[in-house]
Amino acid sequence: MKTVDKAQSTRQPSAEEQRWEQQVLEPALRKSPERAIGAPTGVNRDEDGHARFTTISGTEVERLYTEADLPEKNFVPALPGEPPYTRGIHATGYRGKLWTMRQFSGFASPEETNERYKYLLGAGGSGLSVAFDLPTLMGYDSDAPESEGEVGKCGVAIDSLEDMEILFQGIDLEKTSVSMTINSPASVLWAMYLVVAEEKGANWKNLSGTLQNDILKEYIAQKEYIFPPAPSMRLVVDTFEFGSLATPRFNPISISGYHIREAGSTSLQELAFTLYDGIEYIEWAVRRGLNVDDFAPRLSFFFNSHNDFFEEIGKFRAARSIWYRTMTERFGAKSERSHKLRFHTQTAGVSLTAQQPMNNIARTAIQALAAVLGGTQSLHTDGFDEALALPTEDAARIALRTQQILAFESGVANTVDPLGGSYFVENMTAAMERGAFEYFAKLDAMGGMVKAIEQGYPQKEIAESSYQYQRAVEAKEKIIVGVNDFVIDEPSPEILYIGETVREQQTKKLALLRSRRSNEAVERTLDALRHAAAQEPKAERGCMSEANTMPFILDCVRAYATVGEICAALRDVYGTYTETNIA
Amino acid sequence: MTETFPIRVLVAKPGLDGHDRGAKVIARALRDAGMEVIYTGLRQTPEMIVNAAVQEDVNCIGLSILSGAHNAIVPRIMTLLKDRGADDILVILGGTIPEQDIAGLKAQGVAAIFGPGTSLETTVTFIRENAKPRSIPT
Repeated sequence: MKTVDKAQSTRQPSAEEQRWEQQVLEPALRKSPERAIGAPTGVNRDEDGHARFTTISGTEVERLYTEADLPEKNFVPALPGEPPYTRGIHATGYRGKLWTMRQFSGFASPEETNERYKYLLGAGGSGLSVAFDLPTLMGYDSDAPESEGEVGKCGVAIDSLEDMEILFQGIDLEKTSVSMTINSPASVLWAMYLVVAEEKGANWKNLSGTLQNDILKEYIAQKEYIFPPAPSMRLVVDTFEFGSLATPRFNPISISGYHIREAGSTSLQELAFTLYDGIEYIEWAVRRGLNVDDFAPRLSFFFNSHNDFFEEIGKFRAARSIWYRTMTERFGAKSERSHKLRFHTQTAGVSLTAQQPMNNIARTAIQALAAVLGGTQSLHTDGFDEALALPTEDAARIALRTQQILAFESGVANTVDPLGGSYFVENMTAAMERGAFEYFAKLDAMGGMVKAIEQGYPQKEIAESSYQYQRAVEAKEKIIVGVNDFVIDEPSPEILYIGETVREQQTKKLALLRSRRSNEAVERTLDALRHAAAQEPKAERGCMSEANTMPFILDCVRAYATVGEICAALRDVYGTYTETNIA
Repeated sequence: MTETFPIRVLVAKPGLDGHDRGAKVIARALRDAGMEVIYTGLRQTPEMIVNAAVQEDVNCIGLSILSGAHNAIVPRIMTLLKDRGADDILVILGGTIPEQDIAGLKAQGVAAIFGPGTSLETTVTFIRENAKPRSIPT
């Protein structure tokens, strides 16, 4: 595997270091050569047969980092709250405000999920994050034939405004920020949330939260797309436009690397593809006629925090400086708020094991610590039963407690960017930044991310990385404790089991809903949406495009049109997308 | 049993779930092991899977289900295979399957369930040892 850090070849060790190599290092190596961590084959062995040490992404790690490894001579990292923001976007770090403890949650019925939200808020969680089930994510109602077996299994089933009302029952939306993990039908679920807030007497201008709404990563990694790329990008830009005018405290997008990483990319690919997706969204919005400073301050990001501690910290720090350079140099953004990258992090689900699941608590703690040392604004920690099922209440509580222990007991929040100035971390940060810009150049040459996706480029990179990783695991070059080493026989733990009753309940509810509501109003509002969706939107400074789909979707939602009905109307206009197989 | 015929495997993603990392890694590993692999792509219905399996004349169907929909999907696939006289095809399942559902799935004819952490070698060996040449339906 090639080394990412080309700077190694131009490295100039000091006289002191050269002396140390001769007098201390060489005798030590003669006495006891270095031994690979894992099987001494493949990635763990260099051409001379010596032990090689790599991050989980395959990046080589040197024995020792000194002054000679800093990004440049007399390097001094910038100060926090100042460009390029490597050390953080806030001068006071977590001393001013701790990261939000935002646990992703949702399962079965809206009633059951509402209870879990109240539990999490009562246990000290500081924000909500909604997980929807697959039918909702794919724009189907619970009673659709495609939904059989799927209702409520991976998240909460939401079919209509009625379900959204139940989901947030007893929760003050002006006081609690809400994140919604929804992509293809994001506009629809956002509209439902906004109408519920309206019904509760909340002012939209005071609402804070985040909509994931990142369709590009669906084509790249998670594959929960409905419509083809161009209309999907149109729907996203509609939300930027709408949000900049109506919901100034709400992030209409969470540009995500988490899923790209879970699908098997390296840490650098996660960073580069995610930030480049951000570039792509801005390009489309600017083409529509939006002014970058009107929406860029509310672009937010979402990264994975995986096992390799220092690689992840380098990634997070590099993200901020890369984004600053991109926003100023590439887009000429003038507002400071446009320059400051804000992100949520989730610890790596894919790294957690079904074997000896309690070990996952240790993994999650280490990954959470990396995210905090990387300066994340908001954090989700996975339950120890992640590889087996959605989390039980106990698993969810322990995950939250892990964050609270970090915040209140470990001392890491006492000072801003504690690892700033570390030879290793600054080297890693700079290497990530260099590597990301190399990927940007490649993607530019392909004509942008949408074109790259059409050519299968990021998908192929991910498939290759994931296969090489699995090969290394099979060869025990990468050890997974409890899985390919330190294995025991063990009984299975209790898990959260979701049966088929949710589909029955939701089906009954839908039948009642359809008989209660004005079906004439539903037809009328859906028709108006189809009409608007088919038109080319055109923005004028300060005014929303007449064809912006959000007001039309809001009308459909108020008439109690369902998720399935609204998405079907959009499918009528935009068609659906099938990817070309590369397996 | 030593294999003396080329093993053809259909790797399928039934239902709405789009998480295909495992299915793709398995497909490649099986090809590396000398098997002929057809990957169906995403969002396949039981009908589409069984049609593909019969048309491609496979010896094994590998289902990847991480969504919890296995109790709805598997019985329909097994019934359709029987209807088409194709129930001699080896059916294996990978993904997120609760322990308490395993016995029921095996009773329906699923030969093996490979959960998270299963090695590629285990899967390859199982298919080699258990796949049978297709019999001509009478």
